Amino acid sequence: MVENDKGPRYNLTQLKALESEAVYIIREVAAELERPALLFSGGKDSIVMLHLAAKAFAPAPVPFPVMHIDTGHNFDEVLEFRDEMVKRIGVHLVVGSVQEAIDRGLVQEEPNGSRNRIQTPVLLETAEKNGFNALMGGARRDEEKARAKERVFSFRDEFGQWDPKNQRPELWNLYNTKVQVGESIRVFPISNWTELDIWSYIAHEGIKVPSIYYAHRREVFERNGMLFGVHRFCTPHASERVFTETVRYRTVGDASLTAAVRSDAATADQVVAEVATTRITERGATRGDDQVSEAAMEDRKKEGYF
Amino acid sequence: MDLLRFATAGSVDDGKSTLIGRMLYDSKSIFSDQLESIERTSRDRGDEYTDLALLTDGLRAEREQGITIDVAYRYFATPKRKFIIADTPGHIQYTRNMVTGASTADVAIVLVDARKGLVEQSRRHAFLVSLLRVPHLVLAINKMDLVDWSEEVYESIHAEFVEFAAKLDITDLAVIPVSALKGDNVVTRSSNMPWYEGPALMHHLENIHIASDRNLVDVRFPVQYVIRPHQNRSHDYRGYAGQVAGGVMRPGDDVLVLPSGLPSRIASIETADGPLAEAYAPMSVVVRLEDDVDISRGDMICRANNQPTVSQDIDAMVCWMSDKPLRAGHKLAIKHTTRNARALVKELHYELNINTLHRNSGVDDLKLNEIGRVRLRTTSPLLADEYRRNRQTGGFVLIDEFSNSTVGAGMIVGAD
Repeated sequence: MVENDKGPRYNLTQLKALESEAVYIIREVAAELERPALLFSGGKDSIVMLHLAAKAFAPAPVPFPVMHIDTGHNFDEVLEFRDEMVKRIGVHLVVGSVQEAIDRGLVQEEPNGSRNRIQTPVLLETAEKNGFNALMGGARRDEEKARAKERVFSFRDEFGQWDPKNQRPELWNLYNTKVQVGESIRVFPISNWTELDIWSYIAHEGIKVPSIYYAHRREVFERNGMLFGVHRFCTPHASERVFTETVRYRTVGDASLTAAVRSDAATADQVVAEVATTRITERGATRGDDQVSEAAMEDRKKEGYF
Repeated sequence: MDLLRFATAGSVDDGKSTLIGRMLYDSKSIFSDQLESIERTSRDRGDEYTDLALLTDGLRAEREQGITIDVAYRYFATPKRKFIIADTPGHIQYTRNMVTGASTADVAIVLVDARKGLVEQSRRHAFLVSLLRVPHLVLAINKMDLVDWSEEVYESIHAEFVEFAAKLDITDLAVIPVSALKGDNVVTRSSNMPWYEGPALMHHLENIHIASDRNLVDVRFPVQYVIRPHQNRSHDYRGYAGQVAGGVMRPGDDVLVLPSGLPSRIASIETADGPLAEAYAPMSVVVRLEDDVDISRGDMICRANNQPTVSQDIDAMVCWMSDKPLRAGHKLAIKHTTRNARALVKELHYELNINTLHRNSGVDDLKLNEIGRVRLRTTSPLLADEYRRNRQTGGFVLIDEFSNSTVGAGMIVGAD
């Protein structure tokens, strides 16, 4: 292609290339969309997102607020972490409460107690109330196969629905950010990251994450082949034996149905080593709700789920 | 460890999904719960063997109809490299998907069936790889097990392809005989084809030299976002954020800002991790200049003796991606680097038959999945390079102003 004598030193590591791509996408959102917000739950992917946003605009502050859809089923460590990081980075936090939405009848509790699906109307309402027309999230394509086909800039109609057959082609690094009135865009700047990239980046950058991501002793019980920590939102049935185990959480979603995994990984480097050799996906290992059907995620996304 | 993006092209019959499945499986990138899930689906459908295509076919309609309707992205890593696969379906109606996948690829793998040799589709794929300037092409001759591992078959397809490729602009070609089903020459070298002396596909992908594919000569820095903290401690701070699109930039370099043409000098190149001694593509950085010149998003920083063409008249190859055909006289929105403008289609010179490379100048429109040469007039000047010189500053997208859909992908041939 182009002649040069610079040699291989002009090559970025995979983490730097992914970081540069994500920073570019986040800046593109801030430059072209009027009222964006970043979804921030205190989970590792959203922590990386907020870290990237802070880097993208330094030394200026992050030019958009962060939004959390609070299912009410939280791990205390994660909620504390959320507030601490928001304060440290200096961003404005908007919270949409699922509990409050249940209380006023916007949504109904599901029979299985999971609030994963009913958080969607709350997300849409909170975004609308605040006039957010672009929501950035930390979803990754390696998480799930419907996500593997979703664009970085993913378009939603006025009901927040995703139409997989009608996606905008994305070429080079040119993102079409045009939205109609009433429509919105979800943006996934870390689409191309894997769970291993996330942890390698956390280790490389020295990013703090909630303590439950690292190995700790916890009272647990087994259900559907998964290990659930005893928690006020997740209690064993009479037949389920409680025992103490050294575990960590690979994901920190709805505390009522997020399982832990046996692990001795107490530092980010040890987690990197563990993730590099694991033989099971993080959703498969820890999420009760994604195992319902082959197309569970696709169906939820069509309803407006992130 | 660095990052390599590759696109795969070929139809289901060529064994593309099997090849990807084989690469993921043999590099231990398939997780046990994913495998169990596709084994269950295969069993339920009554398949005789586990269909590895289910790993990439993620949407309900695809699983039900056994087709691939869109670009899917897959990830795996070896100790040497992280790989991003853009898996694109091969049928003609999906030209736009292949163009999309190829636009960011460092390498393209085109599959052919050893029993059938080159078919119309293989030629089309090779042409698109050349048009999109994917720097490296691998022709994987698959199903070698079904032709008795024949060197003769390999040599004949190889020779035929080289002859065809001479008409194209292909800079680096490797032709590898494989059996995706049996695993020969995919991750490990085949003992069935001792006559083949080249590397297995994975070894080739791990070792392709990609650092020099990026343009390190022509300094191009499209300004994406102006950083001005409204804080007392950094009141006078003004930095230009963007992703380097070409060249190597260093503090102290004399530069020019386009389209204004004002000269200045790079005071510093900054990141949140601290200042840099140099920046090159695709790094996202903040550039500060010594002079207080008026710069905004869409402007470009370059060198005085090496500038893109500043022009409102653009000649380009366009791949059309909409059901509604493109005609001369149409007005569209255009996005080129970080610049937005409107464009009028002045002329449709010809439609290029992507199977025969014949230029058909008697057409009055460009239909979905067709490629043609057009002349555009833009409302404000583009800072344009030839696509063959720089994929970042030579590519653009066309957007329908009513539906806001992305309807065309353009590659600049010239500007005046």
